Amino acid sequence: MQTSPDLLFKSLADPTRRAIYERLCRNGEQTVWMLTDDTDISQPAVSKHLRILKHSGLVRDRRDGRETHYSAEPKSLAPLIDWMSLYAAFWREKFDRLEDLLKRMDQ
Amino acid sequence: MTATRTLVIEKELPHPPEKIWRALTQGALLKEWLMDNDFQPIVGHKFSFRAAPNPNWSGVIESQVLVVEPNTTLSYSWGAVGLGTVVVWTLVATGGGTLLRMEQSGFGPDQGRNYGGARIGWQRFLTNLEQLLARTQ
Repeated sequence: MQTSPDLLFKSLADPTRRAIYERLCRNGEQTVWMLTDDTDISQPAVSKHLRILKHSGLVRDRRDGRETHYSAEPKSLAPLIDWMSLYAAFWREKFDRLEDLLKRMDQ
Repeated sequence: MTATRTLVIEKELPHPPEKIWRALTQGALLKEWLMDNDFQPIVGHKFSFRAAPNPNWSGVIESQVLVVEPNTTLSYSWGAVGLGTVVVWTLVATGGGTLLRMEQSGFGPDQGRNYGGARIGWQRFLTNLEQLLARTQ
């Protein structure tokens, strides 16, 4: 699944979602009940986070009878790895604008 | 991948440090080349940079001034979409002008909610991510 970087960042901007995602990376496939266990977060809240993670391509699900199993999709993280290179382009453009401004300014 | 966590851009400019310092610290000038802002060169001052919003981003970067050493060093935090970094500007006078260096680094802890008692900051997240990707690639 092709993930837009914006969607990915939005999805990971929430620390709870990052924690859920990390748990899936660490522990492998989990049901929503396993993810809710030993936390103070309700099952509907965990389900909502999982929906957002799934929508951004970070998590995939698998139906098995009445249960849905969730697992991490690490390939979707590629845009995050590119994050710093995006910022490099951002700052280079700003440097050019700064140079233009300096030319126009008085000493 | 560790190297990508610090971004450095360096350029020698044919202008004195004092002039570049003004462009870095006077709000109206800063707006011209960087972004709209309510910056003040006072350590501890909280301010924001504002770019045009888009459907996925408010366009707001939350910042706080960390270091102000006139004509030499300026640093502020740079927080967007839950990601906290620090920007450091360094000015070094050279024969013909100034060597201007911008360094953006560090992924500070989030002031976010807890999950199962654990606070998951970006730094730890990215460290774990590196390990994960090293295994899957």
